[in-house]
Order: sequence, then structure tokens, then C-alpha cells
Amino acid sequence: MALTYDLARAPDLSAFLRKDKDGSAHLELLVKGARCAACMSKIESAVASLPDVSMARLNLTEGRLAVRFASPRGDTARVVATLDKLGYPATPFDPAKAAEAHDQESRRLILALAVAGFGAGNAMMFSVPVWAGLFGQELGPATRSIMLWLSAIVATPCAIYAGLPFFESAWRSLKAGKANMDVPISVGVILTLFISFVETFLNGRDAYFDAAVSLLFLLLIGRWLDHRLRARARSAAADLLALQAPAATVLGQDGLERIKPLSDVAVGERILVRPGERIPVDGFIEDGVSELDNALLTGETAPVDVRPGDTCRAGAVNLTGQLRILAIARSEDSAVAAIARLVEAGAQTKSLYVRLADKAASVYVPVIHSVAALTFFGGLAFGLGPREALLRAVALLIITCPCALGLAVPAVQITASARLFRKGVLVKSGAALERLAEVDHVVFDKTGVLTEGRPRLIEAPAEALALAAPLARASAHPLARALAAEAGPGPRATDVVETPGQGVEGLIAGRRARLGRASFVGLEGVRGGETELWFAYEGETRIPFRFSDQLRPDAAQTIAALQALGLSVEILSGDLEGPVARAAQTLHIDHWRSGQTPQDKAAVIDALTAQGRKVLMVGDGLNDTAALAKAHAAMAPGAALDASQNAADLVFSGEGLEAVADSIGVARAARSRALENFGFSAVYNLGAIPLAMFGFVNPLIAALAMSGSSLVVTLNALRMHGAGRR
Amino acid sequence: MGIILILAPISMALGLAGLGAFWWTLRSGQYDDPAGDAARILMDDSDNRIG
Repeated sequence: MALTYDLARAPDLSAFLRKDKDGSAHLELLVKGARCAACMSKIESAVASLPDVSMARLNLTEGRLAVRFASPRGDTARVVATLDKLGYPATPFDPAKAAEAHDQESRRLILALAVAGFGAGNAMMFSVPVWAGLFGQELGPATRSIMLWLSAIVATPCAIYAGLPFFESAWRSLKAGKANMDVPISVGVILTLFISFVETFLNGRDAYFDAAVSLLFLLLIGRWLDHRLRARARSAAADLLALQAPAATVLGQDGLERIKPLSDVAVGERILVRPGERIPVDGFIEDGVSELDNALLTGETAPVDVRPGDTCRAGAVNLTGQLRILAIARSEDSAVAAIARLVEAGAQTKSLYVRLADKAASVYVPVIHSVAALTFFGGLAFGLGPREALLRAVALLIITCPCALGLAVPAVQITASARLFRKGVLVKSGAALERLAEVDHVVFDKTGVLTEGRPRLIEAPAEALALAAPLARASAHPLARALAAEAGPGPRATDVVETPGQGVEGLIAGRRARLGRASFVGLEGVRGGETELWFAYEGETRIPFRFSDQLRPDAAQTIAALQALGLSVEILSGDLEGPVARAAQTLHIDHWRSGQTPQDKAAVIDALTAQGRKVLMVGDGLNDTAALAKAHAAMAPGAALDASQNAADLVFSGEGLEAVADSIGVARAARSRALENFGFSAVYNLGAIPLAMFGFVNPLIAALAMSGSSLVVTLNALRMHGAGRR
Repeated sequence: MGIILILAPISMALGLAGLGAFWWTLRSGQYDDPAGDAARILMDDSDNRIG
């Protein structure tokens, strides 16, 4: 079963080939659709059997294929053609764009977690005899001293290494003149280690080495969970970024086609855009007639006709004919980039959001630290020695450690996002969930969000449909395809000739027929409001087929659910007034605006924010990205443009809109779980503070109290598993 | 007393060995592709020769 190799269609990807020092070269490809073990062996064996390929390995988790070539001029085209034949479309992937640094951070946290786990376990082992000694068992002072020193040897290096992420973050925060959660953690750990050393030197019994490391261990679990949540979303976003700007087909002086990374396309180069491809840069059409779908740029549903001499903007989709365009702007200067800058500005305002845990810390830090200071000075005033006073103050810091704070929120958020993930919603960060829970106003884009975003046939008699179907099946035009989908499988027309931007002509059972725009079947000056297609046998009556973009089946239900949750709903669309008004009326939405430009949409969001509303924006188009970035929280459907998915906090897949209402429900449940956890911590601390102040805390009680509170908080977070289940 | 001085270093050495082993699995990329590794274990080596 040899694979035949079609040279004519294979693009040249040599620009993405990376050369290695030893004379070999490698290529990274993002492979779509590889999801199972069978795919993996099929892909790897097919690619590895190509000449010149020395290694092919697929990362099934991330869907990336690494190919190594024996020579520096590897035949990249052949690899892509082979994958294409197997049914897995591949895109070149620039690993520089993947967050390499981020991966380092993740590895460092895991290692710190492992070190802290090792330290906590082993220090605890030496603590057990000391704890036993607290109950009057026989433990001579010499043995206790040995145990404490062993404990110190294990715990101190571990605590310093595992504590580094916290120390660094605390230092950064202090330099910025603020105190985040990591400040009390760092102060607590450093003071604890210090006082424990003093105690060990003085042959005392209150050394808290084990407590310091296990505190870090528990906190690192929370830190790592939070990081993982963001890392998963970020790698999804990095994949999208890599996909978003893959390449343009540039026609060289020699007439050869060459695939270039988008950033390398220069002004004045000639670019080939095939039907179904996106216009890569702003350009001037030199050759070809086609229709452009600007839906993602402007929200308009009707395609725009273009011919030589017209200009086209980056981001539009070429629908019917092949176009040759002359680049008039570089990728960074194209229309898309202007929107990208708006998005960046929005993302900056979002990063100013103060997270729940940091809000809690801003109350917690001053209170706990003043109580600790009070304990120390109060102890001195009431005649305790400086050593005993300091011990009580430190015991207070340890026992009120913000473990619950550090673990409470990430544990809730990771369970909440796991729930949403199973429902097909990708949550990009914990902060996104917190913002989503605060939302009180929802703004929807119409095309592709409330509606399905693709034309569907309306009001056509069955016999007319049967007449036109054979021609429709032979055409690649989106409207014809919608018609063919409605008609189901059946015979195809023969001798088919497709005229780009006009329609399709062919023989149906020996009779010549045409399907296309009104003028194509000989009607002049007819143009309805809806998108339409006309069918005619030669010299006979013309039959119109009208298409409209249908509302998603559960749109009305979702809007009602949102309104029941107490949220107000609004539509902001770039489409014409008619379709927007109709959609709003069907869905019982009172507030709607049509004809909005990307800037208008962003301005509306800004105005609502200025009124103190917390807005959730749900949008899919490039024209929504600025609004998505500026809104308090943002969601995009999985079918949305990559840029929109990047700007959104949550991405939902699947046909339904119900994910919007579900997500808000889960986010609110997560928020109340997190608040419960804070409440629990507050009550617990209120009980613990007097104990520590009056000197009832010893190392055993500190260790029990700490792990006990963390356990309660985690169990409460796990209740999220059932939240929002219907 | 003497036994503690023998057993304590041994226990620490065992713990360190575990930590080192974990570090090695992390460095050699054993957590990079869990889905792929789960599938790879089921593949026969002979599959690679059929192409």
C-alpha cells in the first residue's frame, strides 16, 4: 500500500525547517485530528518510512509531530502531503511561539513541591519522637537534641529551596509597595526557621522545622494547581497563535509558489489566495473574481463581490474563486493588527483585576501581623521573657498561616474548571472564573453566537429542492452546499462549469441548468434582503432559494435562563438592522444595536463599565475581539476566530449556547465555595489566636491544626464536583 | 542510641533516592505526553515495519 505523492499540490514549507549543528534538520507540525493510538502509529510509521526522514514522533497529548531529517534540506512538502493523504491536515508550528519559559516555571514548581514533600515527610519522622516526648514519655534531652538537629538538617535546605517561589514573589510585591499573600508566608517561614534554630541551640522543645516545610508543601500544592490551570489554557492559546499566522502562498518572480511565514510577507509581493483560505494581509486584487466573507471582520452576513481593482482586508475569507493579490501592507500594518492593538489595551486593564485571594490577603496581612506584634509586646509587658514572648508570637504566625487562603481558592477553581471542561468549556485562568461570577450584564454578538453563523435554507418547496440539488451537490459555494445538505445525498449534475462569483452551470439528466445569483439566470435588478440563490433550466421559470442564518436551537432558552439568573441581556451586532431586530424580537431582548464597528463595540463596553456594570461579552468575530478584551469577562465559541478565542477568558465548544448560563452558574458556585473557605479560615483563626497568645500551642498542635484546616478547605472545594449538576 | 545514628542516615538516603528518581523522571520528559505513552504501551513493535 504505497502512498502516491502529489507534487503539484504540495506547498513548500522549507521556511519553517530548523537546521541543527550536526547537519540534520527538524520540523514541528501541528497535526489536526490525531486523537487515538491507531492514529499515532499510522502517522509515525508513514512519516518515518519516507526517505531522508530519520525520526518522527507524535506527542498525542498536544497533537504535535516532531520530524527529524537526515540532511539539512529536508523534503518538508512530502511530509505534509503524506499527512494530508492519511487525512490529518498539518500546519507548521513555530515552537518559539509556545511558552517555553512557562514550561520551565511549571517544572520548577513540581520540583519545589517534590522537595517540600521529601522535607516534610522526613522532618516529620524525626518530629514524632519529640511529639511523643511532649506527653511525658521517656525522651532524654540529648536524644531530643539529636532529633531536632536531624530535623533541622533535613528541613532547612528543603524549606529554603521550596520557599524560593514565595520569597521571590513577596520581594517583587514589597518592591512595588504592596503586600500580597506571599509576604506573610515568607515572613512566617523565615521567622519559624530562625526561632527553631534558636530553640535547638538552647535545648528548648519548641522547634517547628517540620511545620515550616509542611506549610510550604501544602501551599505549593495550591500554587501548582493554579499554575496548571493557566498553563493548560496558555498552551491552547499558543497553539492557536501558531495556527493563526501560519503562512501565505507567495508567487515568486520565477512563477513558483512558495509558502512564507506571514511575518515575512513584504509589501509588493504577489500572494495567491485559494477558495476557503483567509486573506493574509491587506491587498489589492490583481486577478480573479470571487466573493469575500467579511463576517469575522465586520459581522456582515452577506458576502461581498470582488473583482480585479478592488481592495481586500486581512482576515476576510475567500469564498469562491482563486485570487491573486498584491500586498499593500505588511502583516503588522494590516487591518487585523489595528484590532489586535485594541485587544492588547483591553488585556492590560484586565490584568489590573485584584484576585479574591489577594483581596483577602490585604485584610489578613495587617491584622495577623499586628496581633503577632501585640502578642510579643504584650507578653513582654506581662512579664514573660523575650524568648517565650517571641515563641508565642511565632506560634501564632504558624498556626494562623494562610494555608487555607493559599489552597482554598485554587482547589475550588481547579475543580470548577474540571467540571466546565467536561461540559466542553475551557477556562483560561482562575481569575476568569472570579470575574465571571461577578457579571451582571451580558452582551451578545449576533452572527455566529446567537445564530449558527452559516446560511441555512428557508421556505423552499420539496420539489424545487429536488430539481436544484444535483447542481448544488457539484458546487463548492457555501450557499449551494447548504442547499445540498438540505436535500441529502442523490445524483450529481454532469459537465459542471463553475463561474466564480456568479454560479454553477451543468447538465441534469441531459438538460442544461444554472444555479447562482439572479443575474446568472437572466434576471436583472432583483436582489432580496436575504441571501439567495436562483435555479433555472435553460429558458424556463426561475426558482429562488432563500437562506438565512438561523438562531441556535437553544438560544431562546439560554437567554431566558440568563434573565432568570438576574442578568440583563443586550445584542451588539455589526449586521444590518433588519436581521438584528428580528433576532432580538424572537429572543425577547429589548436592547440591541446594529451596524456596530469594532471600535463602537469597544466603546459601548467602556460606557457600560463606566456606569459600574460588570459586563460579560460573548462574541466570535474579529470585530468582537476588542470588546472581548475590554469586557469584565469574555466568552467565545470554539468555532470563533483564533484571535477572539485568545481575547476571551472562556472558550466553549459544541452547538449549544447553554454553556454560557452553565458557566456563570459554576463560576458563582465556585465563588461561594471560595468565600465559605475564607469564612472557615476566619473562624478557625479566631479560635487559634487566643490559644497561641496564651502559650497553649506546641509543635504537635501546630502540625495537626495546619493539616486539619487544609483538609477541611480541600474537602469543601471538592463539593464543587456536584455544583450546577442538572 | 547507636541504632538511631545508623537508621536515621539510611532513611534520609532512601528519601533522597526517591527524590532523585522523581527528578530524573521529570528531566527525561516522562510527563510530557501522558496520553501518547498510555497508547504506546499497547502498540506492537512489529507495527512499525508495516508502512
